[in-house]
Amino acid sequence: MARALIHIPATAKRGEVIEIRALIGHPMETGYRPGADGKIVPRDIIRKFVCRYNGEQVFGAELHQAISANPYIGFFTLATESGTLEFVWEGDNGFSQTEKMALTVSA
Amino acid sequence: MKRCAAFLLACVALIASAADDRRSGREFMSASTQAMQRDDTLNPGMLWVSGGEMQWNAIAGKSGKSCASCHGDAGKSMRGVAARYPGFDVASKVVLNLSQRINLCRERKQLAPALKLEGEELLGLEAYVAIQSRGMPVDPPQDAVTKAAAARGKAMYFQRIGQLNLSCAQCHDQQWGKRLAGSTIPQAHAAAYPIYRLEWQGMGSLQRRLRNCMSGVRAEVPAFGAKELVELEAWLGVRDKGMPLEAPGVRP
Repeated sequence: MARALIHIPATAKRGEVIEIRALIGHPMETGYRPGADGKIVPRDIIRKFVCRYNGEQVFGAELHQAISANPYIGFFTLATESGTLEFVWEGDNGFSQTEKMALTVSA
Repeated sequence: MKRCAAFLLACVALIASAADDRRSGREFMSASTQAMQRDDTLNPGMLWVSGGEMQWNAIAGKSGKSCASCHGDAGKSMRGVAARYPGFDVASKVVLNLSQRINLCRERKQLAPALKLEGEELLGLEAYVAIQSRGMPVDPPQDAVTKAAAARGKAMYFQRIGQLNLSCAQCHDQQWGKRLAGSTIPQAHAAAYPIYRLEWQGMGSLQRRLRNCMSGVRAEVPAFGAKELVELEAWLGVRDKGMPLEAPGVRP
C-alpha cells in the first residue's frame, strides 16, 4: 500500500474556503523509459484522482505520463457541513487507494 | 539610542556572516524548490519520514522488538543523534554513518537481517531519525578514531580523481556559485541528507550523491557503505560543523 499524506484543516467555519493538499507515493513510470536490460519498462501511472465531500465529488483530476513521481495535488473547496472527505487514486495494474479525513464545520 | 543599538546589531550580523560564508545548497535553489523543502505538506521527503515512523514502531526480527521498544519516543531519544554521525562505534571498532548504525541496531539488538543499503526502508528510517534533529547544529564527534577518519576523508576531498582529474575541492571550494551545465555548483554541505532529489524522483542518501559526483568525473565509484565514502562523510561533517540540519532536504 502506497503512503499518502493529506493535509486539511481539522475545523472550518461554514462558507469558508479550505485548502486541501494530497501527496501520494507512486513511481509514475512513464512507459517510455528503457530499464537496465534495455527493455521498455511498462507504464505504471496513476490515471485518476477524485475527492468526494460527503459523497459528492468536489474535485477530480486525470493524470498523465508527464506528471512526476509521488504526485502532489493541491486544491480548494467550500466548507459546507461536517463530514468526511474521501480521496481516491486509481491507476495502472489495478492500483487503487482510498483515504478518508474528517472535517468539522461550525456555523 | 534604539537606532544605535539596531546599527550595532546589524554590524554584529555582518561580522558574523563575514566569518562564516558557508551557504547551504538550499540557498542556490529556485524559490519554488526552496518552498517545497520548507513546507512539510509539500515536501515529498515526508513520505519517507512517515514510512520510517511506521518502521520505527514495527516489530522486527527474533527479538520481537521494535525500535520504539528500546528507544521510545524518537522525538526525544533521537533528538540530536543525526547531527553526530558518522561516528565511531566502540563495539565494532569502526566509524559508521547513520544508516549503518541503524542496521547495526537491527542486527545486534533486533536480531533481524540488515536492511538493504539505499533501499526504501533504510532511507525511511534514516529520514525519520534525521528529522528529529532538524535545526540542530552539525556536531561531529571529537574522538580520535572519527577524527582520523575525517582526516583521511579530507585528503580524499582534495585528491584529484577520475578521467577528468578533478577533486571535490576544485568545484565545491573554488568554483561554487558558477554554473556547471544548467546547474549552479553548490558548496557541498551535507546537512540536508537524506534528500528528496527531483532528478532522482525519489529519496537518496549522501553516499548516493557522492557516488554521483564520482561517476561524473569518471572515477571509480566505491560501493554503498564503502569505507572511503564513510570517511568522506566524516570530513563533510567536520566541514559543516555548526550548520543547521535540514533533513529531509529537497534538491533539484
